[in-house]
Amino acid sequence: MPTILLTLVLLGLASAAYHLGRGKALSVSADGAPLHSLPRYHGYYVALWCGLPALALLVAWTVLEPQALRALMIAALPPELRGLSSQHLSLVVNEVRNVALHGAQPSSAAVAEAARHYTALSATGSWLLTALCAALAVAGLSWGRSRIHADARMRNAVERVVGVALVACSTVAILTTIGIVLSLIFESLLFFEHVPLHAFLFGTEWSPQMAIRADQVGSSGAFGAVPLFAGTLLISAIALAVAVPLGLLSAIYMSEYAQPRFRAVAKPLLEILAGIPTVVYGFFAVLTISPFLRAVGARLGLGIEAESALAAGLVMGIMIIPFVSSLSDDVINAVPQSLREGALGLGATRSETVIQVVIPAALPGIIGGVLLAASRAIGETMIVVMAAGMAANLTANPFAAVTTVTVQIVTLLVGDQEFDSPKTLAAFALGLVLFCVTLALNIVALHIVNKYREKYD
Amino acid sequence: MTDMAEITAAPAAAQAAARTDVIARRLARRHAAERRFRAIGIGAVVVSVAFLGTLLFNILSNGFGALLQTRILLDVAFDPAVMDIGERRDADSLAAADYGGLVKAAMAARFPEVASRGEKRELNALLSNGAGDALRRMVQDDPRIIGTTRPIWLIASSDLDMAVKGIMPRQAGAEGLRFSERQLAWIGKLEAEGALARQFNTRLFTAGDSREPELAGLLGAIVGSAFSLGITLLICFPIGVATAVYLEEFAPKNRWTDLIEVNINNLAAVPSVVFGLLGLAIFLNTFGLPRSAPLVGGLVLALISLPTIIIAGRAALKAVPPSIRQAAMGLGASKLQTVTDHVLPLAMPGMLTGTILGMAHALGETAPLLMIGMVAFIVDIPAGPLDPAAVLPVQVYLWSDSPERGFVEKTSAAIIVLLVFLSLMNLAAIWLRKKFERRW
Amino acid sequence: MNQYIPKGTAKVSARGLDVFYGDKQALHHIDLDIAAGEVTALIGPSGCGKSTFLRCINRMNDLVEGARVSGTLTLDGNDIHDRRLDVVQLRARVGMVFQKPNPFPKSIYENVAYGPRIHGLARDRAELDEIVMNSLEKAGLLAEVESRLSESGTSLSGGQQQRLCIARAIAVNPEVILMDEPCSALDPIATAKVEELIDELRDNYTIVIVTHSMQQAARVSQRTAFFHLGKLIEVGGTEEIFTNPCEPLTQGYITGRFG
Repeated sequence: MPTILLTLVLLGLASAAYHLGRGKALSVSADGAPLHSLPRYHGYYVALWCGLPALALLVAWTVLEPQALRALMIAALPPELRGLSSQHLSLVVNEVRNVALHGAQPSSAAVAEAARHYTALSATGSWLLTALCAALAVAGLSWGRSRIHADARMRNAVERVVGVALVACSTVAILTTIGIVLSLIFESLLFFEHVPLHAFLFGTEWSPQMAIRADQVGSSGAFGAVPLFAGTLLISAIALAVAVPLGLLSAIYMSEYAQPRFRAVAKPLLEILAGIPTVVYGFFAVLTISPFLRAVGARLGLGIEAESALAAGLVMGIMIIPFVSSLSDDVINAVPQSLREGALGLGATRSETVIQVVIPAALPGIIGGVLLAASRAIGETMIVVMAAGMAANLTANPFAAVTTVTVQIVTLLVGDQEFDSPKTLAAFALGLVLFCVTLALNIVALHIVNKYREKYD
Repeated sequence: MTDMAEITAAPAAAQAAARTDVIARRLARRHAAERRFRAIGIGAVVVSVAFLGTLLFNILSNGFGALLQTRILLDVAFDPAVMDIGERRDADSLAAADYGGLVKAAMAARFPEVASRGEKRELNALLSNGAGDALRRMVQDDPRIIGTTRPIWLIASSDLDMAVKGIMPRQAGAEGLRFSERQLAWIGKLEAEGALARQFNTRLFTAGDSREPELAGLLGAIVGSAFSLGITLLICFPIGVATAVYLEEFAPKNRWTDLIEVNINNLAAVPSVVFGLLGLAIFLNTFGLPRSAPLVGGLVLALISLPTIIIAGRAALKAVPPSIRQAAMGLGASKLQTVTDHVLPLAMPGMLTGTILGMAHALGETAPLLMIGMVAFIVDIPAGPLDPAAVLPVQVYLWSDSPERGFVEKTSAAIIVLLVFLSLMNLAAIWLRKKFERRW
Repeated sequence: MNQYIPKGTAKVSARGLDVFYGDKQALHHIDLDIAAGEVTALIGPSGCGKSTFLRCINRMNDLVEGARVSGTLTLDGNDIHDRRLDVVQLRARVGMVFQKPNPFPKSIYENVAYGPRIHGLARDRAELDEIVMNSLEKAGLLAEVESRLSESGTSLSGGQQQRLCIARAIAVNPEVILMDEPCSALDPIATAKVEELIDELRDNYTIVIVTHSMQQAARVSQRTAFFHLGKLIEVGGTEEIFTNPCEPLTQGYITGRFG
């Protein structure tokens, strides 16, 4: 909270600095000297000098303070505590923090002493921070203000700062990707120290739960991910088998046949399907589709399990329908009208035109769209978590329960985790596979779609 | 010359007639195929819309029941002796008083004939464990009611609620019956005397999570979602707008810009679980931010929504005609002035629309939040973005996972609340788009 | 003189034809006969309704939302807009070549074979081959493409593409061929080839061509009809129209005073 207060104070100071700068600029121009930049740019300039360095300090302090406090506190601990293993030491540190921040009961005098020390340190720290920030802000203000004169190119200076800020913002996306790639690769490498790569990629047995207890027989666990890949493919295939025909045919009907009024109603309705959160689909699968399929299966003499690939795939297919239909719609509309007229002018019927001319012409784009839909299906999580199950069966039977890569990522990471156990790290290895596969699918699909678009532009 | 023409014309006419015949013979079949194809097309649209209808109907029909809650009317005597507070009226004593005792006493007064302990237990089982909470709040609001007797509607147990709503059986001998014959008789008596009624379920919107379906509420999740989305918006909107402006207005055409663009397009398609892994590895393990906190949830959601917002922002900027830029530049405005004074205001409605839609998507996002610990069972309403909290879709997931029958209804109700928020956001986006729609 | 009754029988005949697009009237009461075995050129400034008239003849206007037609338009005496008349059958008898060459993204062979295939005009592969070869021959394209019939139709040059589209149209062996500014997207050499082709096709087909270029109308047509603002101003023998028009409006247009 003091950080937030300090931030607000600094922002207040900066806005005061703006008015000071602008006022001085106005008085300079009132003396008769024509200003190079508008007075408000002088204001911005002073405000930036006042606010930026102090805020930067504040951010750096907030990031670094916990580490620094921890180090100082450990340094002041009695030697017998300081000499503990790093794991025990971090327990002690946590306890000290709990005592100091949340008023927990210290378990020993040393901890109580350390907590007092910690509290004192952090109090000193926050005074120091406030003083430093205030000093920086005032110094910046007076420096910025001293630079104001008629010829000062304040607008250019301010625009440079804004330009840098814009570039910085645009790198956030890059940083995100780097963050994803690095964290996945780093943790996956740790995982592959425990489990060899080929055992992970080609092993057919998945039972990560075994690995929790070191004294158990077979404690190494089994991390063969093939059943997960197979389950993912099975469910995605079912989803696409539902979504591609329905989505494509809907798109064809909407763009080639439907009256505008029908389109105006049906299109938004389909788009609602895309706006429904996946957790709702998951619940729908569990509540309605699974029991329905079970009942139908029982009638037909098929043993459909409560959690089945079919139910998950079917519901996922429903979710992807609008995705396929809107992509196909774009692609079909991009087919030039002249091709349709050419076929119709020869006496082809509408459906002949669509099937024999429009669809073949749109095929690359449609394939791209289907690939994007496949990548969606592979990465979808909540529906499968709720409806597909946890059992790593290696089967192609859609009536059986299967598990998927995303289900396992979630299962492995929900609940208590030890960060060095292969069980937890396996989730990152699975995440890496998922990331690579969806990325590859996307790149290929975008490439196909772009090439297709260029053709008719 | 004319003869020649006639001679060639006759076979040509015959040929044409034969050709027309050939075509005509196939026509019926071709038109049938046409009708078939058309019917398949309509069928696809109808099936898709029917799925939507089934889904919404199922959720709504299941969830509306949860808006009402069964309560039992009892005369509660606020007896300080039963409350075990004597003459003390300070806040701590009032908070710690025995309100469960008050409820039991009121129940015993309602059914004086019930004597044995076993019977009493059965009797009290008709009420929720948390029925006394309402009494505590009343006393804390106004301690003067201590010593008086008031008629009060108390929350019934989930089993009774389900039975009253007809979801679980209540006929003697029915399969899955959760009541003894004695209990059925008491229920009948209460009903006959008008002391058993369904009332609006205020708890759903004013309470946090609970293990008991009849006590569980959504406020914690709603507040959690609000904090998360607030953080997301604070991060996403400025960065998204700045990136869109940079890429669309300032960026030189070079490899670096291309890299950013490709990167954004691909990020938009990365599965959201992967962002959860990122949040776990970077925000929790590297930066040591707290688990289950809306702050971290907001950060992760911001990274997920960012590409969407950037792409929408760029589309909005693209829609501003170049003539406006040229006009401003022609008057001597700098590039930045042109953008901030002319282009950005025109593009802002489009950017806001994109942002709202991005936020709506973030509101429904579940999987990545599971990974940063937002699945914990949390009763308290979070007071800040650092407090542990659930969010609405995670609450849906948690409740859907609960075995109690009462939670099925609750889950659907939570979904309805979630969908209402989503619809409001989408309507806002549509309204914004309509209001500021421009044609150049 | 805004009506022309040819000596022979009229292949296509319009009487009191009005066309509306929504509220806008695109054609006003057109009376026009088109003779069999001739090339009739429709000329006039942009938006004068000449293309609209052309597209009525094989009912391509059906594709335009809100298009409405009144009056009569007959082909061999049968009303084109009769509800009992099958538009598929009509279009098999009245083929069309468009402004921009629009070959299907299929092979050259398949482009030409498409019409005969859908209409079932060939009993076997050999017959289909014959139709395709014949049509390409008539369109003067066979020599250029004989060795690469399986290549994509879009790989041809613009002029070749347009002749491919003509071959595609005549493969169905229609009675009338409508051409909507067929040379506007072509260079002069390709244009000359297509014009030559039109002249040859005149023997077997009734051709109606919409053109922007008065020189082209003069070169290829026997009859010329001049449209202005949705009205038919004048129709007559091409030579007559270009050398001695009756209407001052026609005079103004052909001498380049407006257009």
